[in-house]
Amino acid sequence: MSKRVLLGLLLACGLSASALAQEPKTGGVINAVIQPEPPGLMLAMIQNGPTQMVSGNIFEGLLRYSPKLEPQPELAESWSVSEDAKTYTFKLRKGVTWHDGKPFTAADVLFSVEMLKQTHARARNNLAQVDKVEAPDDNTVVFTLKQPFGPFLGIFEVGSMPMVPKHLYEGTDWKTNPYNNAPIGTGPFMFKEWQKGSFIRLVKNPNYYEKGKPYIDEIYWQIIPDAAARSVAYETGKVDVLPGGSVENFDVPRLSKLKDTCVTGAGWEFFSPLAWLWLNNRQGPLADKRVRQAIMYAIDRDFAKDVIWNGLGKVATGPSASTIKYYTDDVPKYPYDPAKAKALLKEAGYKGEKIRLLPLAYGETWQRWGEAVKQNLMDVGMSIETISTDVAGGNQKIGDWDYDIAFTYLYQYGDPALGVGRNYVSSAIAKGQVFNNVEGYSNPEIDKLFADGAVATPDSKRKEIYAKAQKLLVEDVPVAWMLELQFPTIMRCKVKNLITTGIGVNDGFKDAWLDK
Amino acid sequence: MLSFVAQRVLKGVIVLLAIVVLNFFLIRLAPGDPAVVMAGEAGASDQVFVQQLREKFGLDKPLPEQLFIYVKGIATLDLGFSFRQQAQVSKLILERLPATLLLTLTAFAISLALGVLFGTFAARFAGTFLDTGITIFALIFYAMPIFWVALMGILLFSVTVDWLPSFGYETVGANFTGFAHVVDVAKHLIMPAMTLGLFFMATYTRMTRASMLEVKRLDFVKTARAKGLSDAVIQRRHVLRNALLPVVTLAGVHAGTLIGGAVITETVFAWPGIGRLMYDALLQRDYNLLLGVFVTCSVMVLIFNLITDLVYRLVDPRIELAA
Repeated sequence: MSKRVLLGLLLACGLSASALAQEPKTGGVINAVIQPEPPGLMLAMIQNGPTQMVSGNIFEGLLRYSPKLEPQPELAESWSVSEDAKTYTFKLRKGVTWHDGKPFTAADVLFSVEMLKQTHARARNNLAQVDKVEAPDDNTVVFTLKQPFGPFLGIFEVGSMPMVPKHLYEGTDWKTNPYNNAPIGTGPFMFKEWQKGSFIRLVKNPNYYEKGKPYIDEIYWQIIPDAAARSVAYETGKVDVLPGGSVENFDVPRLSKLKDTCVTGAGWEFFSPLAWLWLNNRQGPLADKRVRQAIMYAIDRDFAKDVIWNGLGKVATGPSASTIKYYTDDVPKYPYDPAKAKALLKEAGYKGEKIRLLPLAYGETWQRWGEAVKQNLMDVGMSIETISTDVAGGNQKIGDWDYDIAFTYLYQYGDPALGVGRNYVSSAIAKGQVFNNVEGYSNPEIDKLFADGAVATPDSKRKEIYAKAQKLLVEDVPVAWMLELQFPTIMRCKVKNLITTGIGVNDGFKDAWLDK
Repeated sequence: MLSFVAQRVLKGVIVLLAIVVLNFFLIRLAPGDPAVVMAGEAGASDQVFVQQLREKFGLDKPLPEQLFIYVKGIATLDLGFSFRQQAQVSKLILERLPATLLLTLTAFAISLALGVLFGTFAARFAGTFLDTGITIFALIFYAMPIFWVALMGILLFSVTVDWLPSFGYETVGANFTGFAHVVDVAKHLIMPAMTLGLFFMATYTRMTRASMLEVKRLDFVKTARAKGLSDAVIQRRHVLRNALLPVVTLAGVHAGTLIGGAVITETVFAWPGIGRLMYDALLQRDYNLLLGVFVTCSVMVLIFNLITDLVYRLVDPRIELAA
């Protein structure tokens, strides 16, 4: 046999082996951690993270999004936009049924929209630009907007707009509807059992419209409240998947090195969690822009990334995460420069007034980060007092504007109009709210830019507007941007295709399979 | 006896009412608004949404009115509705109560049995190597925080030697039935029950030892000895029985503390009991659920104390039962 033939055979064998390796296998059970235990699974009524992580398997939206946030078909198989960018027509997949066997139709979409306007705060805001929704036939839905709304195609993922079965909810008291406890969706997995405090069990939907999917037979979501115990559960083989944020960050490197363990930071592109410090712009030294800029120079964000977050994530350059639309890094830079920070503080006339720092009570990593920031700020001569509270107490203080500096991280939902503007426009200043403009920053120019950006067409115009807004905000430092967080998902390498979209583990396990 | 129990129950009801009113105001003193917590979890909060939540759960009503509604509910055994879990509080508690009772009663039994046993041995062989060994053993577990013992237990028995499961009430997905299920639950129970029990065991060991040494010096023991009774009979019938009174008192007092310890144990071992339910409710300011757990715990403590009084009578018939 000549060398060439041998090489050819080897290549052929290798290729066919790799092709075989890529062929999904059916069957098997995935044990994943869910933390904390969700309060309920009815996604249209409860929108917290753990609810979406579990219910993203049960319910579906019209669209899902690629890691680059391009819309992909889900319950809608195609869509078109009118020339004036005010009419969006969705063609629904045919032959889709709810888990109880009833057909999914355009009437369900219309009902879902109306229900979500009342039960889903984010959906209500996202749908504010919608003038009317119509269903010309069972498989077509037409949204007519009051004016063009740039991010409109970005509001249809399962957590933002889950489809609800009209036949089970119409005319009932939604709060006490029995299907809240045994939800019926169109998704790849069906709800089977929930032993409160122990586990939630989902089983394969045998009638799923994508033939052959899902590949997995069952998912057990294990409820383990202690972070160390969650790490041990993975270590001892009791769970296969630790979704992002399940374990303390300092445990990630150790667990990543375990045999047959794979780690990915993918799947958070849609949410793009960005961490920053709220700076109370209203009062005291922080009302002075120079003091806020000094804070940016004083904090060693690379240290936070490398040491506290174990190298995960990316130093933030401004109000937008680099993974969302219209991001630009063409903004003023704030490298770690304590000398410059000191000079700015001196110029602003800072005399050592006490500054209250509120760390985030989300566990050890955040606690350590609070200590590091305090140290950085004290190094440049600031007087920092740490205020310790639990999450609810911290939220109360922030909502009452009773703080000077406070840690937070928020999702950006893929588009500045959906997840960025809300933190800087003056119309979003309201006491008692925790996640909008709590820093009290007010700049008419910024207000106008975000208002224009949401409705501008074409895309290039939006890009231009948001670039300007980012530059202006970074110059003003209404808040101190820290890191684009990365929540790594840790799993056994035998779990394949777990994360295929920009919504990641929150988008259901329909593509996942086990290489047994 | 019956009138004693009736009077104690009546007193218990009054105490319970006082606990409800006190706790009602106490938990509202903690900063943090349940509506804001829930809105926060939803990833968005606008004023409409927060106000909607307040109205939905009656949090917009004046405090006295909220208290009146709550007490009225309690009188009809209605513990209210959990804001966050969107379910009846009594249903949530009843789902979790058996697991907590299993854990705490097992821990209680372990601690009392081992504590009295070790204490008796230590007193019997006071001043010997065995006594010193038991004392050191007891002090170690008394001094170590429960969460630390729990984590070390997991590290040793789950990670290193892999003998016991590290979390949960049963093997999820195994669907064991009958005796296999009992064995499975028992395997899961060993570590949490030992963790919780060892701390209290240490207390009972020390208490039994001290009490026995004290009783041993009393005149009636000398009399028994003079009568020619064997040492084993003296120890068991006379010394131990009299020495147990303070241990029984302490055990009654510990009923509440045991539930406090269960919060930590249940959290570390993912044991699905009411301790964890209480902890989660506290963090989420789920007022009704938190109050419901408090009421349940209070009732349990009252029952424990009643039992303690009755056991007193059994241990020492000279004691009059006076309400």
